[in-house]
Amino acid sequence: MFSARERFLDTNENTGQVQTHSNLKYRFRLNFYDTPPIEDITIEEFETCALDRLRVLAEIESSFARNRPYDELKTITLAQCQKYLPLHSSSAITVDTDAERRKDHIGHFVLRLAFCRSEELRRRFVKAETALFRIRYESDDREERGKFLGSRDFDWIKVSDGERKVYKEQLAAAAPTAKEVNVDNENYYKVKWTRVPDLVEKRRVFLKGGYAYVPSREQSSIVFQEFQTSLTKALEMTAKALPRLDEDTRIVPILNNLSQGFLAGVSSEWSTASSTEGDGITADMVEDLARRHFPACMRNLQETMRRDRHLKHFGRWQYGLFLKASRWVLGLPIEEAIAFWRKSFSNIQEDKFNKEYRYNIRHLYGLEGKRANYPAKSCTQILTTDQPGSSDSHGCPYRHFSADNLQTALLSMYSSQGLTAADLPEIMNTVKAGHYHVACTRVFEITHASRGVKKGEGVGDGESVTHPNQYAARSRELERGKAEAAKAEADGDVVMG
Amino acid sequence: MSITEDTESPSPELMLAFYRRLYPFRSIFGWLNHEHAPTRLFTHREFSFTLQGDIYLRYHSFNTADDLKKQVCSLNPTRFEIGPVYSARPRDKKTVRPAAFTPTLRELVFDIDMTDYDTIRTCCSGADICARCWVFIAAAVRVLDEGIREQFGYKHLLWVYSGRRGIHLWISDREAMELTDEQRRALVGWMTVIQGGKEMHKKVNVRTGSRPLPPSLQTALNSLAEVFGELILTDQDCFASREGWEALLRLIPDTGIVKELREKWDTGPHRSSSEKWEDLKDQGRKYKGTPRRTALQTAMEDIILQYTYPRLDAEVSKHRNHLLKAPFCIHPKTGRVCVPVDPNRIDDFRPERVPTVGQLLRELDEIATTDQAEGAEHHSDWEKTSLKPYVEALDKHVMALMEETRRAKRKTDLTW
Repeated sequence: MFSARERFLDTNENTGQVQTHSNLKYRFRLNFYDTPPIEDITIEEFETCALDRLRVLAEIESSFARNRPYDELKTITLAQCQKYLPLHSSSAITVDTDAERRKDHIGHFVLRLAFCRSEELRRRFVKAETALFRIRYESDDREERGKFLGSRDFDWIKVSDGERKVYKEQLAAAAPTAKEVNVDNENYYKVKWTRVPDLVEKRRVFLKGGYAYVPSREQSSIVFQEFQTSLTKALEMTAKALPRLDEDTRIVPILNNLSQGFLAGVSSEWSTASSTEGDGITADMVEDLARRHFPACMRNLQETMRRDRHLKHFGRWQYGLFLKASRWVLGLPIEEAIAFWRKSFSNIQEDKFNKEYRYNIRHLYGLEGKRANYPAKSCTQILTTDQPGSSDSHGCPYRHFSADNLQTALLSMYSSQGLTAADLPEIMNTVKAGHYHVACTRVFEITHASRGVKKGEGVGDGESVTHPNQYAARSRELERGKAEAAKAEADGDVVMG
Repeated sequence: MSITEDTESPSPELMLAFYRRLYPFRSIFGWLNHEHAPTRLFTHREFSFTLQGDIYLRYHSFNTADDLKKQVCSLNPTRFEIGPVYSARPRDKKTVRPAAFTPTLRELVFDIDMTDYDTIRTCCSGADICARCWVFIAAAVRVLDEGIREQFGYKHLLWVYSGRRGIHLWISDREAMELTDEQRRALVGWMTVIQGGKEMHKKVNVRTGSRPLPPSLQTALNSLAEVFGELILTDQDCFASREGWEALLRLIPDTGIVKELREKWDTGPHRSSSEKWEDLKDQGRKYKGTPRRTALQTAMEDIILQYTYPRLDAEVSKHRNHLLKAPFCIHPKTGRVCVPVDPNRIDDFRPERVPTVGQLLRELDEIATTDQAEGAEHHSDWEKTSLKPYVEALDKHVMALMEETRRAKRKTDLTW
């Protein structure tokens, strides 16, 4: 299903002719993504285009979560783009700009499909995409950018000379610096003020009768706003049309995978899988670590937070200190901790997070308040102090959950690691007898049986669980031990061969 | 003369009689609905009620004005509030998907409260308000009203006295109703000048470097300068006390001038605020043509703004889902009716002359005794009381709104 022009392009390539600009399918480096790609593409291309773009977007997202300044974000993103999603200006002769632009175009639309499904995903996608657009816009060739803007109707009204003279004084006073003021040489465009809320908020425009007088140097503001609104609208439309796609068994799994990657931040794991094995852990790794190594109390907090995108005070305290504790291997550094919480509390607005929670986290790390080095809570403390209230999720599940809730929770958390319904009666009996740590230890043994842990061995030498960090540390130790053993075995094979 | 003393909380019986016989449900309906037949603007609108003992009920909604009246009379709330138009009926909130229940439309609202002026007013503090402090509110209303009409082009502004010490503004223009939270935040940002908490001395930071004021504030400043002279320097005499003039000196960046003035005022502590302001001007004249004068001039402009520019409760305006007390409710502490206020006659408005619920019902009783022929129908009893001009003011506002809706409809019809 190739269009005539494409066929023409194809022959061009086949005969090795030099492409001329007029033949380009994509005339501009920048794209407002008004029309979807309507050609046939392979399923591999479908996925790789999306994955590469996702890598860039995930980096932008995590930069937001880390509160990186814009300049830094820009440098990082440009580097990332260079790696995964290069996009050269039209003047580049040695590169196949059309292929680059096609990849950009396809990737964007695939991700639209993946991220239109919930309000939350849409919001984050729009934010990251708008940032990407802005970075590209700013790094675009001036002349090409001018042409690009000319190719599209932004619905702005040019302010006539007469009107400019009438409001000369006001227009001059609205400019942020004196040296930029030259009302006579500047072109002004009138738009509804609602299209440039950022300029209005900072009083950087002159406003009259609901119209903002935007100088051409602030024109970009209109462009970004336009990009953002049109993308938001388009995503909502896509969301409505999406159910029709659910029958396609090839595409839906890919889309699910993509959107999950964005949510859990796994995307960076794809690109740097090896770094997970290093010493330092990062914000993106926490969720995965939780699944593999955390005791029930912490998994419950992680899951609650994932569901509610929020944790109450004592929950933050218990989980935050657990993640911080360096004595037991984990040791999430403060920057990562802030990034982690920022990401997890994704419903909280930026300024609210900065005001209320950032302090909280820094407090945990002894950087605020009385600056104490708070240790992580031991099992005894979790069991006996700060009893959870009706809407709290901290505490020890073995003690603070009702019997049936505990069983459901255990099965849902650990069945992938080997816990079966047959193990439950034994665990529930110890719980009923009040030996919560014994129950927890038993779960550890069962879930680590594949690592060679036998009944009665506990977290090593028959020791039972007394500290959540001990549990997690031992679990990671075992995994590493196994990995090393496997590696040694593999090496041995080579020698033998 | 404080007005909180001669009034008291109205009893539940008084409240019920007021809702039954006087509250203008029809007008409120028209004002929220923009046309005669009920639309989503009314049916999908959230109402919340505060009952006796501070019980708070949210997410009520009604089909017609009569439904609303029935519920109000059966719950007999101390007050009720109006929220946004949601994408579904608020009373169905529990049965629809959370994603299908989002605020879509909402009047743009502003709240100005006298307590935000406590640091500068010298006549009263806290909940008290007198004719003298009303001048602050009047100045704020003028600046805001003019600014919004002129800069944002909105026409349907309804100012409502809050019943005690503040004033609310409801803007019902279609475009204003449609603003997103982000756009509301931007508009509030544009309007907000006074920033920084108690511990911040200089609360006006609107310039970049030594640039002139943004044009919108320059306009405001011109009218506020007059208010500053009458209100701050003469009536409130803000810089008379040592505390007052120290606060003033803290806003002047030039340490040399500050030192000189402090010595002068220390030796003559009885100099009035106007005289002190003149002293400042003299300093300016002394350094004529030097950068010191420009800096002082800038500082003085900022001082005028800091003492007279509207102090907005920004949070109220930023979010579509913020609830605000309905017009014509009774303020639970003062018993006064939250009546519409004409911004063009804001200077003549006297909070203490606003009718209380007790007074209105007495007026009704007097009519009943003189006029025995009265039937059982009480729908427009307000016509016989001093509430009349206020309801008529709202009705006039509603007429303009409905006319606008009609015109918009006719226009879309023409495009067919």
